[in-house]
Amino acid sequence: MPPIVSAKAIHKHFGTLHVLKGVDLDVAERELVFVIGPSGSGKSTLLRCLNRLEEPSSGSITVDGIDMLSPRTDINHARQRIGMVFQSFNLYPHMTALGNVTLALRKVAGKSRAEADSLGRAALERVGLADRAHHRPAELSGGQQQRVAIARSIALEPRVMLFDEPTSALDPELVGSVLAVMRGLRESGMTMIVVSHEMGFARAAADRVVFMDEGQIVEQGPPAQIFENPGHARTRAFIGQIQRH
Amino acid sequence: MSRWDRFLDTFFNAKVMAKYLPDILSGAVLTIELALAVVVAGLLVGLILALVRSLGIKPINWLIIFVVDVFRSLPPLVVIVLVYFGLPSAGFSPSAFVSTWMSLALVLMAFAEEIFWAGITSTPKGQWEASRSTGLSFAQTLLYVILPQALRITIAPLTNRTIAITKGTALGTVVALHEILGMASSAVSNSYNPSPLMMGAAAYLVLFLPVVVAARWIETRFAWKR
Repeated sequence: MPPIVSAKAIHKHFGTLHVLKGVDLDVAERELVFVIGPSGSGKSTLLRCLNRLEEPSSGSITVDGIDMLSPRTDINHARQRIGMVFQSFNLYPHMTALGNVTLALRKVAGKSRAEADSLGRAALERVGLADRAHHRPAELSGGQQQRVAIARSIALEPRVMLFDEPTSALDPELVGSVLAVMRGLRESGMTMIVVSHEMGFARAAADRVVFMDEGQIVEQGPPAQIFENPGHARTRAFIGQIQRH
Repeated sequence: MSRWDRFLDTFFNAKVMAKYLPDILSGAVLTIELALAVVVAGLLVGLILALVRSLGIKPINWLIIFVVDVFRSLPPLVVIVLVYFGLPSAGFSPSAFVSTWMSLALVLMAFAEEIFWAGITSTPKGQWEASRSTGLSFAQTLLYVILPQALRITIAPLTNRTIAITKGTALGTVVALHEILGMASSAVSNSYNPSPLMMGAAAYLVLFLPVVVAARWIETRFAWKR
């Protein structure tokens, strides 16, 4: 079976800064890939290239059979298939939780308000927030906000979900609720690419861990191998550092 | 005649006031029409310019910034005089009403563009990214996500500026526009009595005080918890 996400030879320059130096990443359907690495290693940039929030300088990206970099591709249509969850939630503060979830359903997927509302409620139900449908983001905790953000993505029934440090902005006691939702998604068979430092979650749930440093993939493999028996000195140093904390 | 009676006779002369009340009222009607036309045109064009600017097309943006900075620097009175006395030599002779309207609308447009633009740019980048990542287009993101947030931020500075510029309708007197102040001052010259000026001041209060109060209400109404 061909990979559902296939990135080849991705380069990204920000001015004189060479952030991604030829990254290849294939992700199979239903796979959960964890991307780890020191800050500035390019892992977030890689993730943001996959749905073209960042424009790669060169390379090729295919998601669910769509050539993401082709000028003929309707990028707004393609993005519906790629959910993205951000470190800072980025909920729309002027809308309720349900409004956040249903906006793209109505305006992009073309659902009627009634249809969108029922799909939106189902998505909120999946993240355990059906009773918060009419709350504004400011009335929700960080963990609840992030779960609404996940609901906003899954409501569009994406083929792939990208998570960019989804728990980094959360108080420790709220991390668990977000990870629980992610675990549920994983069990439902969602393909997920996660940039995160939640090593416990990576060990328990990831199929593969990718270690990036200085714009390149240094090594990758099953979590047990990367965490217990890394092949590279840089990986060892990084794993050692985060495990001391 | 006591000093007090003389004061009343000078500034609140009932006979003079009764005589010129219709003039002041017709001036007030003209002021309202002019103010509304200025507000609608100025805010609308200002918003359109800010939206165009958000497309990020450099030569167009330079032009917008240049025009906006020029009209923010010129005193509105100078703009009115230029339009009324200058444009006829370019083959276009706007009336006093049109000259004042155009001038004030241009000035309000310039300030409104800057205020709308500030609102748009102060909306966090993550809002754009979240919206675009769900497949909304640039225009949909602007319309449904960015503008509603930007407008709330801009309400206070925008109402202040709008009030300041609509009061500039009084500047229309220099081109003989028959708005409140124009009517009042010609009544003063005809009656040799300043009472009409008092009526003019009262008319401005009656017109603009409710607007100021309404602006305050709108500001609190649209404030929302972050």
